[in-house]
Amino acid sequence: MTNDKIIIVKDMLKKFGDFVANDHLNFDVHRGEIFGFLGANGAGKTTAMKILTGLSKPSSGEITVAGYDVYKSGDTIKRNIGYMSQKFSLYEDLTIAENIRLFGGIYGLSRKEIKKRSAKILTQLGIEDMANKLVGSLPLGWKQKIAFSVAIVHDPAIVFLDEPTSGVDPITRRQFWDLIYDAAQRGITIFVTTHYMDEAEYCDRVAILVDGKMIALDSPQQMKKAYKKQNMNDVFVELARGKRFFEKAPNNK
Amino acid sequence: MSEIRIENISKNYGKVQAVKNVSFSVKSGELFGLIGPDGAGKSSLIRIITSLLLPDSGNIQLGEYDVVKDYKIIRRLIGYMPGKFSLYQDLTVKENLEFFATVFGSSIEENYDLIKDIYHQIEPFKNRRAGKLSGGMKQKLALSCALIHKPEFLILDEPTTGVDAVSRAEFWDMLDRLKSKGISILASTPYMDEAMRCDRIALMQKGEILGTNKPSEISKMIQHDMFGVRADDMYKLKQFLSKCIDVDAVNLFGQEIHISLKTGINETSIREKLALQGFSNLEFRQIEAEIEDVFIHLMTRQAKEVKNDQ
Repeated sequence: MTNDKIIIVKDMLKKFGDFVANDHLNFDVHRGEIFGFLGANGAGKTTAMKILTGLSKPSSGEITVAGYDVYKSGDTIKRNIGYMSQKFSLYEDLTIAENIRLFGGIYGLSRKEIKKRSAKILTQLGIEDMANKLVGSLPLGWKQKIAFSVAIVHDPAIVFLDEPTSGVDPITRRQFWDLIYDAAQRGITIFVTTHYMDEAEYCDRVAILVDGKMIALDSPQQMKKAYKKQNMNDVFVELARGKRFFEKAPNNK
Repeated sequence: MSEIRIENISKNYGKVQAVKNVSFSVKSGELFGLIGPDGAGKSSLIRIITSLLLPDSGNIQLGEYDVVKDYKIIRRLIGYMPGKFSLYQDLTVKENLEFFATVFGSSIEENYDLIKDIYHQIEPFKNRRAGKLSGGMKQKLALSCALIHKPEFLILDEPTTGVDAVSRAEFWDMLDRLKSKGISILASTPYMDEAMRCDRIALMQKGEILGTNKPSEISKMIQHDMFGVRADDMYKLKQFLSKCIDVDAVNLFGQEIHISLKTGINETSIREKLALQGFSNLEFRQIEAEIEDVFIHLMTRQAKEVKNDQ
């Protein structure tokens, strides 16, 4: 049933010159699931994410996102997804309300709808009295929570989150995951990368990338069982180590 | 004596109090962790310790030297790795290292022994420009450059941020080896699990030190009992626990939910309540508090104190 698969990736290859960033990836993401995308630095996560969000084209392979082909319908894909990047997500010199209005407008929501959804976001985050504060003046944790709410303001089919909780305090990190669960309950598919291995436990399924290849894909429970480990951190370290201990040295003359 | 003594340091940026009356010391030959999220004030404090920023008040001594008065001497004694990669991107690996050695009137050969273990791993790439290195290799080069003049103190601002779990573990292994050579090390990190790699840690949040301790003593900073609970439907379990009047703190910890109970509530009563809910595969066990439990506990207390002050 293709209807249950919101992302279908068949034989995805991405090369930069001789360098293979994504080495024949094959996987599906199911509608409504929280899909964790793990890998060491340089494993190819960001490259794959750029292709899935329509920002970059693969070298070859068949990939559909929300029913659209990434070669032909990059722009349609962009309208049907939400994306929260690690670095840039909100305009620091606009207020919270202005940021929500701006992104709502970009996604083509009506004024009435934007008003309604703004109010909902502010209530959900408990920041009704902060609507007119500049985003730049807020602590990082707040920015991240607002950025997530803005990324899903248009009720996208999928939201892509690139290390959304890096450097955030432990309370806010958990509040952020409450927001993720809440969105998933509403039927939004979550595609998330993280370096916090406890967060890998919160995902329905987890994919692990090493050197551009996907070497494991399963639920955290099954993965721990298969590798006989107590937690996802130990699974990850075992899989990611070994293979990348000796990075290939260039020919020194 | 390679001790770092930090006494009553405060720093404001306009109305923002970045560092509030912070005191602690790093003992000679110790590996000390400064742990806290982004915006806690770690970088400001580290820049004050490395003589790059003047405090509004307070004193810092590195060994026998004062960080403000003797800044010229201090800068020779410390190796500093800033939070952002700050080597010359268009110089090669070897050129960067030579540059830093020359600035300190030394040479790669003179102190090769100290950096050997680390530099060895990037030496095959010595003719590559620093800007073209992967994240893990940049980190190793930056550490080599910070060590090339054989400092007494090594001060690292978030050396592992954004780095994957495997490289992070390797990096702490390197710090362990440097410690065994007698260097006093102060490293900051937002990753709480790295606390276990330190001799002692200070927890920092909103400019304040919430507590200083050995990692093995951290769990004792929470006086009440903690429990770990899990079931098949974690989402429902968490919702139930959050609404349950007997329960004080409820926090997700990977595959478990950690809870503490309100004063006067015993374990049996909460166990009975949970049993009535009919969660499948329910597990309930007493646990030792982890560092994040402690951090959350102290953060919550700090927030309450701020409220009471207002």
